[in-house]
Amino acid sequence: MSTTTTTTSMTAMAHALNQALRDELDTDAKVLLVGEDIGELGGVFRVTDGLAKDFGPTRVVTSPLGEAGIVGSAIGLAMAGYRPVVEIQFDGFVFPAMNQIVTQLAKYRHRSEGRVSLPVVVRIPVGGGIGAIEHHSESPEAYFAHTPGLRVVCPSTPQEAYTLMRAAIRCEDPVIFLEPKKAYWSKGPVDRAAGAASREQLDRARVAREGDALTIATYGALTATALKAADELAAEGTEVEVIDLRTIAPLDHETVVASVRRTGRLVIAHEASQSGGIGGELAARVQRDAFFELEAPVLRVTGYDTPYPASRLEEEWLPGLDRLLDACDASLAY
Amino acid sequence: MEPTLDLRAALRDMILARRVDTEAIALQRQGELGLWPSMLGQEGAQVGAGSALRPRDVVFPTYREHAVAWCFGVDPVQLLGLFRGTTMGGWDPAERGFQLYTLVIGAQTLHAVGYAMGIVRDGDVGTGDPDRDRAVLVFLGDGALSEGETNEAFVWAAAQNLPVVFFCQNNQWAISAPFSVQSRVPAAQRASGFGFPGVQVDGNDVAACHAATEQALAQARAGGGPTLIEAVTYRRNPHTTSDDDLRYRDAAENDHWRDLDPVDRLRTALLASGEIDDAFLADVAAEEQELAERLRTGCRALPVPAHDDPFLHTLHTMTPELARQREEHLAFVAAGEEGPA
Repeated sequence: MSTTTTTTSMTAMAHALNQALRDELDTDAKVLLVGEDIGELGGVFRVTDGLAKDFGPTRVVTSPLGEAGIVGSAIGLAMAGYRPVVEIQFDGFVFPAMNQIVTQLAKYRHRSEGRVSLPVVVRIPVGGGIGAIEHHSESPEAYFAHTPGLRVVCPSTPQEAYTLMRAAIRCEDPVIFLEPKKAYWSKGPVDRAAGAASREQLDRARVAREGDALTIATYGALTATALKAADELAAEGTEVEVIDLRTIAPLDHETVVASVRRTGRLVIAHEASQSGGIGGELAARVQRDAFFELEAPVLRVTGYDTPYPASRLEEEWLPGLDRLLDACDASLAY
Repeated sequence: MEPTLDLRAALRDMILARRVDTEAIALQRQGELGLWPSMLGQEGAQVGAGSALRPRDVVFPTYREHAVAWCFGVDPVQLLGLFRGTTMGGWDPAERGFQLYTLVIGAQTLHAVGYAMGIVRDGDVGTGDPDRDRAVLVFLGDGALSEGETNEAFVWAAAQNLPVVFFCQNNQWAISAPFSVQSRVPAAQRASGFGFPGVQVDGNDVAACHAATEQALAQARAGGGPTLIEAVTYRRNPHTTSDDDLRYRDAAENDHWRDLDPVDRLRTALLASGEIDDAFLADVAAEEQELAERLRTGCRALPVPAHDDPFLHTLHTMTPELARQREEHLAFVAAGEEGPA
């Protein structure tokens, strides 16, 4: 079937995820996929396209419609020695499964005093920017990051998606794998050999662009926006460092702190609403560890503390290039 | 299929499991346990079901299955840790296949379904080899019938014909809510709507509970799919030691069920038929004394976990931030121990 020889090709993120799932299904007979419409249809975003055909209905399982059932049964499968990768169809539909995720999946390792691991990956398409309707654009990452016992991952490029998905499936801990919908069809190079990675990559942020004037820390679809902002500022002679957090829990604040020690400035960007968000946690850790190196207050560019708006207002509501540039200017003005 | 229950052994199990329950209540009253959910009155249902298990079967309990734990060989002292506050679990769920108690109502029904999916994928169903075929026995109460997750579990089990037996102890009360709040029809009748058999049994008749469970498990192991068993019984004590049941039910109802007590009933029948005598009961009573002593001593000897125990078991690999918090906490604890009294 598939091999892991070095093959670098331009690939969309959705296809890179498909390739990662395929390669793990090939590698480990205990891996199986469960979710609504993931079989013949290949999932509503086609991330599982063709997998049911190649691996059969016992390894790529179209489930009944029930999110608690999808996660709850994955817990039982993991207890029985399997490595289930489950799909929640949209971010706004994960909430019926929150009980199983928060009270069961996250806690069983702790409750069993480390005797039982639950290597479950919960895939969730997340975020806005695609003009979707109610419940189809949400940024729920802080709920998961606030729950001890879970890992939370959000890739920004096809290569990151491929590498992190393979690492997530091999991880012994439950992983909430957030797939930025807006980035599903963005193409980038994917090197599958380099992506057959060690699971340590889950814990490390990535410096996506180097610079010494200011640090932008972000993740997911906003990484591309931050890189655009860095391009614009570079045209004005200001070199901005962009850090792609990659994993939201655990949060690799050390990489951000090391950057801020050099730049003295930090702007954090995420789509999720501001209060109680990931940005606040990162800001608190940076001021704890680099208080005397800061030249300006840590600023946040985020969604507002409102529900996601109707899609016609989405573009101005979500943090975009202009709001990010404004925040960088404000930081640099100190 | 002829039921295989040894009634003398069942009576012994019921008496000893009841003693675990009685002693635990006493330990709670003495301040040794924070809470105890009593199963008084449900010994027939639990020993009946528990004695039908084979070693390779897997059990998903709620938090009241003390007699099932007894039948499946879990050390009763280990049941106390969760309620004493020395552990969040208490035993190794992978070792015997007796999973940890689940306190969130109905959540375990889906774990059972997932485990049953695993059994199917392992090919351990319908082989005809008694040493290979396995099934899952999951316990729920009448209150759990109202949970969405239980109903999802029924859908999954039916759609995939899974080797899982749902054993509902209808003990009439979900804390203060009577069964009529949960359902207009008997629990067993629900199963037909999901497309699998439902069986109602007298939950205070250990032989009936055993026969129903044995048959349902055999069918599941053979690839015949799920069954819902409703064991109609009664929780004679409050929901837990913190509950005041006389606020929602009257003593006469309790008296009625006391007269139907599963232990008294079996003891009387076996004495009448001559299958047991006073010497048998004296032996069991001596065993009870020994068990009670072991529980009292064992409870007080349950080890308090190390200060950093929670940190070690949160994630498989400790993160740097968690390691930092662990060091901070240990330093805090050490400073407190070195300081003035």
